[in-house]
Amino acid sequence: MKDSRDKRSREELIRAIQEYEFAAVELNLYLDNFPRHKDALEDYNYITKVLNQLKAEYEKGFGPLKNFGEDMSDYPWQWVDEPWPWDYGY
Amino acid sequence: MWIYEKKLQYPVRVRSKDLKMAKALLSQYGGPDGELSASLRYLTQRYAMPTGKTKALLTDIGTEEMAHVEIIATMIHQIIRDASPEELKEAGLGGYYAQNGKDLYWVDAEGVPWTAAYVRAVGDPVADLMEDMAAEQKARAVYEHLISMTREPDIIAPLRFLWQREIVHFQRFGEALQHIYDYLDSRHYFQMGKDHPLY
Repeated sequence: MKDSRDKRSREELIRAIQEYEFAAVELNLYLDNFPRHKDALEDYNYITKVLNQLKAEYEKGFGPLKNFGEDMSDYPWQWVDEPWPWDYGY
Repeated sequence: MWIYEKKLQYPVRVRSKDLKMAKALLSQYGGPDGELSASLRYLTQRYAMPTGKTKALLTDIGTEEMAHVEIIATMIHQIIRDASPEELKEAGLGGYYAQNGKDLYWVDAEGVPWTAAYVRAVGDPVADLMEDMAAEQKARAVYEHLISMTREPDIIAPLRFLWQREIVHFQRFGEALQHIYDYLDSRHYFQMGKDHPLY
């Protein structure tokens, strides 16, 4: 029971991260061409703020999304934890 | 510097065991207009780009394409991971399995290995961006072929996502090309071309 609940919330969180990140990437590429577009920049900054909150929530429950000094780890080193994205599909 | 993020850009949960489709998907892994070609093309062309905007765009799309390499690899991995050697052989993947096992390798759908000759970089922003726009259109066409070959929703969903990204990238490269034309029309033109024999 606990396992299926954890799995669902993990998927829900990753899905939300993917959705916000999609918007961030879209706005990022657009802003590369139109860096003075204020509305797009405001949207990018708002999306980035929410995205960072979602990632922090994910990492609290399921371990680091990034290594190389980007995210801290609990003991033992969580970066090696399964599953990896290509196996898990997220 | 690059940082790996331990997640996919788009979810991939392929339950299908359509091994012939896995073989066709290799076109977008190690094929001429595949995601690897795209990523390496943009990332190597960025060094001779003349403006901050074009350096940014090639860096960012080149980086996004690496996430697409991972999506395609994940789709193929999930289709082939439980297949038996006999099943792989029947689907035309016998040679692939003999040489690579279940590793992902940069070959196209016909087993032709990836080569740097798929990519050009001529140090001219107009020529390079034109190539990039053509590459996005070719990748779009290949995705349409792949989508037409399957009815599996698990396979179609990520392919549709990747297909849409080609269209967006084409649009962004087109804007960048217009920006480069404007830039070349300004006085920077002669500064940029001053070591060229014609100037």
